[in-house]
Amino acid sequence: MHYTFRVNGRVRSVDVDSDTPLLWVLRDAIDLKGTKFGCGAGLCGACVVHLDGKPVRSCLTQISQVGSGAVTTIEGIGDTPVGAGLQKAWLDVDVLQCGYCQAGQIMSAAALLAEIPSPNDDDIDSAMNGNICRCGTYTRIREAIKLAAKIDLGSAATKKRT
Amino acid sequence: MVLYEPLSHRSANIDAPVERPVVSTSRRAFLKVAAVAGGGLLLTFRLPGVTKAAAMGQEAGGTAVLNAYVRIASDNTVTIASKNPEIGQGIKTMLPMLIAEELDIDWTQVRTEQASLDPAKYGRQFAGGSMATPLNWDPMRQVGAAARQMLVAAAAQRWKVAANECETGSGEVRHRPSGHSATYGALAAAAAKLPVPDLNAVKLKDPKDYKIIGHSVPGVDSPLVVKGEPLFGIDTVVPGMLYAVFQKCPVFGGRVVSANLDAVGTLPGVRHAFVVEGGADLRGLLPGVAIVADSWWQAEKARQKLEVKWDEGATSQESSDGFARQAADFGGKTPVLSLRHDGDVVAALNGASQVVEAAYFYPFLAHATLEPMNCTAAVQGAKAEIWAPSQNPAPGRILVAQTLGLDEKDIVVHMTRIGGGFGRRLANDYMVEAAWIAKVAGVPVKLVWNRADDLQHDFYRPAGWHFFKGGLDPNGKLVAWQQHFVSFGRDGKFGASAGLESDTYPAGRVPNLSYGASLIASGVPTGPLRAPGDNALAFVFQSFIDEMAHAAGKDPLQFQLDLLGKDELLPGRGVGFNTARARAVLEKVGEVSGWGQRQLPPRTGLGVAFYYSHLGYFAEVVEAAVDDGGQVKINRVWAVGDVGSHIINPTAALNITQGGILDGFGEALNQKITIANGRVVQANFDTFEPLRMAQAAPIEVHFLTTDNSPTGLGEPPLPAAIPALCNAIFAATGKRIRSLPIEPALLKA
Repeated sequence: MHYTFRVNGRVRSVDVDSDTPLLWVLRDAIDLKGTKFGCGAGLCGACVVHLDGKPVRSCLTQISQVGSGAVTTIEGIGDTPVGAGLQKAWLDVDVLQCGYCQAGQIMSAAALLAEIPSPNDDDIDSAMNGNICRCGTYTRIREAIKLAAKIDLGSAATKKRT
Repeated sequence: MVLYEPLSHRSANIDAPVERPVVSTSRRAFLKVAAVAGGGLLLTFRLPGVTKAAAMGQEAGGTAVLNAYVRIASDNTVTIASKNPEIGQGIKTMLPMLIAEELDIDWTQVRTEQASLDPAKYGRQFAGGSMATPLNWDPMRQVGAAARQMLVAAAAQRWKVAANECETGSGEVRHRPSGHSATYGALAAAAAKLPVPDLNAVKLKDPKDYKIIGHSVPGVDSPLVVKGEPLFGIDTVVPGMLYAVFQKCPVFGGRVVSANLDAVGTLPGVRHAFVVEGGADLRGLLPGVAIVADSWWQAEKARQKLEVKWDEGATSQESSDGFARQAADFGGKTPVLSLRHDGDVVAALNGASQVVEAAYFYPFLAHATLEPMNCTAAVQGAKAEIWAPSQNPAPGRILVAQTLGLDEKDIVVHMTRIGGGFGRRLANDYMVEAAWIAKVAGVPVKLVWNRADDLQHDFYRPAGWHFFKGGLDPNGKLVAWQQHFVSFGRDGKFGASAGLESDTYPAGRVPNLSYGASLIASGVPTGPLRAPGDNALAFVFQSFIDEMAHAAGKDPLQFQLDLLGKDELLPGRGVGFNTARARAVLEKVGEVSGWGQRQLPPRTGLGVAFYYSHLGYFAEVVEAAVDDGGQVKINRVWAVGDVGSHIINPTAALNITQGGILDGFGEALNQKITIANGRVVQANFDTFEPLRMAQAAPIEVHFLTTDNSPTGLGEPPLPAAIPALCNAIFAATGKRIRSLPIEPALLKA
């Protein structure tokens, strides 16, 4: 089946089975490898992307459900002020160990900050509890989210969201 | 106390050297026994082959290659290779830091790159046993110092001055008397033509002059990772490649009798479906069915239609319940194996004023790296190229060569960034599977396991049962210790990572002590999980010591200090167990946690534990609260570690220490692998759940620096976390955790 949708502001066309999860469309059909496969069951959050600005598990979102929606991935989130602020904070705090979960963490954090600009620990815990970090960088993720919330988002942004 | 804050939000507490005299071990002895300390790794120990590597000075394409690790470009940027696999331990940052320090350049000049597998050039290239720091602390600094010496010699020749009048700094050689100076970039081509100095003879810096070691350097690949750049094994793309899944028998080692290959072969996108005969070695290529398709999703979907008739073999009736019955049966008898016998335990127990009896259990555990096992392989004729997220790629190449009938030298192995290791990727089963499937399919193939494959085809942390009796004298002194360990193995030999060393502490500190073992033979494959052995043994040893402290009516921290006794080097772990270092971390954790000073609310308690693991000493205090429903909340943690004279990269050291402790909490609170009908029950993170954000407590970390060569941090912080938590729960509730994972139903008010 042929599908046309927007990814990070670009119109993309793919020819895949209708039940193909968005995760595998992104990774294998259009070669955006930043979104990660962890569990295939919506349990780990490694595959979180935004669909029309809302966080979704791309491993459970079939391409046929995307319709004409706009998808934002880790490769595109830096074009938003919140995303750019988070990526900077992640580096300032030196969050990573292996880094495999961090795309999903940043995407979940971006959705959190879009809703609650200055989250407290409870807000962070409840928004991020679906994202597993097997290396245990949680305390730094919390710290980076709080730092990003303080970053001057206007100056951190390089482009406007499309 | 020295606080390093090179990063705006990052600090590690690093103390000045402790004044307590420490029993020092000679470097020679240390190296000799490091192999033993490497846990289940079976290290065939030798220094990395850097002497050979260094003898490679040459000029190539405008960039001067000073040795296998260092290339200097004319613009004065320096590219430094990291030889070991990056699994999140920060090695791709840390090894180049050691070289850059002695090369005497600024970190801003450094570019790092991942070396490919080439043991002839680099020596051993693996990530395991927390061994990278002890094995590379000297050699990597020598590599940097040798390159610096060549640059100085080149400058001295050019200026016709004495080399020893030249100095270096920030990537320049300077000769003050004449006013000459030149960048390394301008000298590198000439330096590359000079003989390479003897690495053992090069002069190393005085540590007080360090500008990079001891200063926080953020992960070198982090800017790429946060943008989603394709760095991991699973991100590999090879032109023309197809995607594979591989279905193995759910019972370990079961064989394929028949499969509906014709039906599967016609499903959308499927290009190949075939049986892999495989062998009987659980660490090699196992029997199964491979499906190769145009996309991974199509291969995975086709697998849902796959029907296989298996010959499940001899172990299909095994179960966790059955193992528990066997263990209980053994527990009532004399141990089959005697591991240690000091004094007269039976007489001492009979004469004790108080005897405590306890049975402990911990379950099998999987590794559950977040990046599932995967590998990409291209096999053409007699040659193969492999992109492998492996912690230990060299044995993987041998396995591929043997299984496919290739010559090792015809197999190129690229080492990718790795989404977590924890010991799982010391095995290379996925590598040989990918290579075999690529060979049969005749095209490059990326094999990706799903989560069920990962949890159900692991090399598990072995379950274990410990039956204790401890005896106290009228003064509350521990005078008798009897321990019967029921573990896995056969023919009188422990299985992989299922053992107990006879000199494990408190051996040597209890006058009447016996360790015995009985072994259950099983088909469940076992192997090293982060801090192998110790991740389980710390729980039972440090919990039972805490039980004895409470029975004696003594403060648990003071009881631990009293039991450690005088400062000396006890036998154990090859290099020995230094009671002075253990005492120092325990005393310090008592100080920083306010042990004995703090008023706590009801059902809240402090627990303490320490462990010596993989050459590092850690003592930890946990503050835990247990609600009326039995739910455990960890409020705060204090950890004090001693891993030698330097914390090479404080930001990474702090991160991995906190991560290791949280990993221990995940094991204690959440995780178990259950066997039923010879197979693993758990299939995903709903039933095998790593620690989550809401469970992550703040952890205050202090490092004591001591006059010992630096050692690693991947494993040592983990073991003590589990008993410290369990001991805190006892302090909060009066209920002793003797079985993992912790069961909230048993902790209700």
